[in-house]
Amino acid sequence: MKIFCLGLSHHGTEIGLRERFAVEERKLPATLEVLRSQAGLGEVVLVSTCNRVEVYGSANNLEVASRACVEILQKMAGAKAKFYQREEDEGARHLFRLVSGLDSMVVGETEILGQVKTAYATALDGGLTGPTLNRLFQQSFRVAKQVRTETGITRGAVSVGSVAVELAEKIFGDLKSCRVLLLGAGQAGGRVARSLRSRGVRGLILSNRTYQRAAELAEELGGMALHFNHWRNVLNDVDIVISSTAAHGRLLSAKELAYMREARKDRPLFLIDLAVPRDFDPALNHLEGVFLHDIDSLQAMAGQGLAERRREVVQCEQLIAAQVEEFLGWLWQRPASLPSENLVSL
Amino acid sequence: MERYFLAGSTIFYLWGFAYSLVLLRVGKFRPGRLNLCAVVGGFTLQTGFLVVRGYLLGHFPVSGAFETLVFLSWSIALASLVVGRIYRLSLLGLFAAPLVIGLQLVAWFRFAGLETVQLGPLVGEGELPMAMVLLAYGVLVVVVVAGVMYLVQERQLKMRVPGLIFHLLPPITNLSEAMQRLLGFGVGLLTLGILAGLFADESIGHGGSVASLLVWIISAVILFLWSRNFLHSHRVAQVCLAAFLLLLGVLPAIHMLEGPGTK
Repeated sequence: MKIFCLGLSHHGTEIGLRERFAVEERKLPATLEVLRSQAGLGEVVLVSTCNRVEVYGSANNLEVASRACVEILQKMAGAKAKFYQREEDEGARHLFRLVSGLDSMVVGETEILGQVKTAYATALDGGLTGPTLNRLFQQSFRVAKQVRTETGITRGAVSVGSVAVELAEKIFGDLKSCRVLLLGAGQAGGRVARSLRSRGVRGLILSNRTYQRAAELAEELGGMALHFNHWRNVLNDVDIVISSTAAHGRLLSAKELAYMREARKDRPLFLIDLAVPRDFDPALNHLEGVFLHDIDSLQAMAGQGLAERRREVVQCEQLIAAQVEEFLGWLWQRPASLPSENLVSL
Repeated sequence: MERYFLAGSTIFYLWGFAYSLVLLRVGKFRPGRLNLCAVVGGFTLQTGFLVVRGYLLGHFPVSGAFETLVFLSWSIALASLVVGRIYRLSLLGLFAAPLVIGLQLVAWFRFAGLETVQLGPLVGEGELPMAMVLLAYGVLVVVVVAGVMYLVQERQLKMRVPGLIFHLLPPITNLSEAMQRLLGFGVGLLTLGILAGLFADESIGHGGSVASLLVWIISAVILFLWSRNFLHSHRVAQVCLAAFLLLLGVLPAIHMLEGPGTK
């Protein structure tokens, strides 16, 4: 039995085509069964996410099996696409890189590991895996853990939203006790607010010149809308202020905040200015306990995070290469036929 | 024999410190087993030194400048270990390490030729207040260390693009909270030490009393102003650092004025 990986991903296939090939979670067991029985696979795992659809299988004749898999997938999708194929060591390397986040759109992201674990668990539950894929996937999860702990591939935020979250966490620690004020109902501000919300911030107040728009966004994000004329009244009650209004003048000056901060006592204030022209006076950053970041600095930090992760890729590849060697050593030394075994710990 | 413990402890701390610095410099620092081994090894040997020294002296080992310096270094290491764990203050040990190592090196080189003298009963009443005062000093030094970390992280947060250390340093709110609690604890412990000294038969010496009173007044004033919101965390960190540097110059002078001799 030889192993192979067959798939399409965000690297070469546009989203319109990817969504046609995507397999819903509820249809996964049936699709796996079809692939195994009709393509003559000994074992099979199907990974379907928004960025990729990949089949991992083992078969005696890779050429025949992979051609059959492509035909089945194309028939199910009702479309044709160009699939990539990796065999043996390249197949193992591909999976190890995938679970480590090296093949992701955002290098180093960890969501893919959970998705692959779910896909493997589905195949395992259906009895569609055997010793080869069990060993391959179990080892891939160990590789992902090793890569995450021994390299800095997941370190640093790589989007404006995640940078804002990281900065907020370095100011306040746990965000669960923080309250956020969002000025303006633009997309950029909404995205940052969503990122902070996902980290469990306690309260979210939205204020926009058009109250209706603020109310709509407040309902969507689970916050409270406030008339724009009143946002200054709550400034001392919040910890983070995100601003993305289209105002032409400064909304807040250093002098004004210095006066208001007396009542804040020792609580820090994090200001996120996403507006162009800027809403907050840059001199605010010089005030004690006030931290101001604008869109340029957030983007620069995201770029730095991405560059740091890219620098780590070399070390990740070295770790993965050693693990591929280990897997191949096992694959080539094991007896030709092993009884089916199910390894269960994920 | 006890000096081997001291040398071993210093070597462990130095190794851990240098290793962490190198990893920080190349951007590969991650708190791991090697750092933990260095800290635990250094602290265990340091404790071993104090136990053996105390046994040889027949006294709690704070009776001379040699032991005092090592005990102070031990107090700083202990406070860093405990506080670092409780408040999850990564790098606290690394920031405290130069002080711990420095104190031990001074103790080693300045008092290397000192003979062991049998002083008397196992725990004299004068040693307990002294030990409490030194423990309080250790705690207060960790306040200063946390304050330095606060200032560094605050600076990083105000930069447009922070440096690598930003990711490793703890949140400033945690640092501020740790500083405030530690300052309160340190002042409390120091108060107890001073009061115990007043009731002990054997006092901690005129110089020691003046020094501990001076530290108590400064710490208590900072704590009072902070609790009344006259000072904010940033200013507290600055004042603590300034006070520490001032005391670093003043305290040895006070002890020297008291006269020669390490009891």
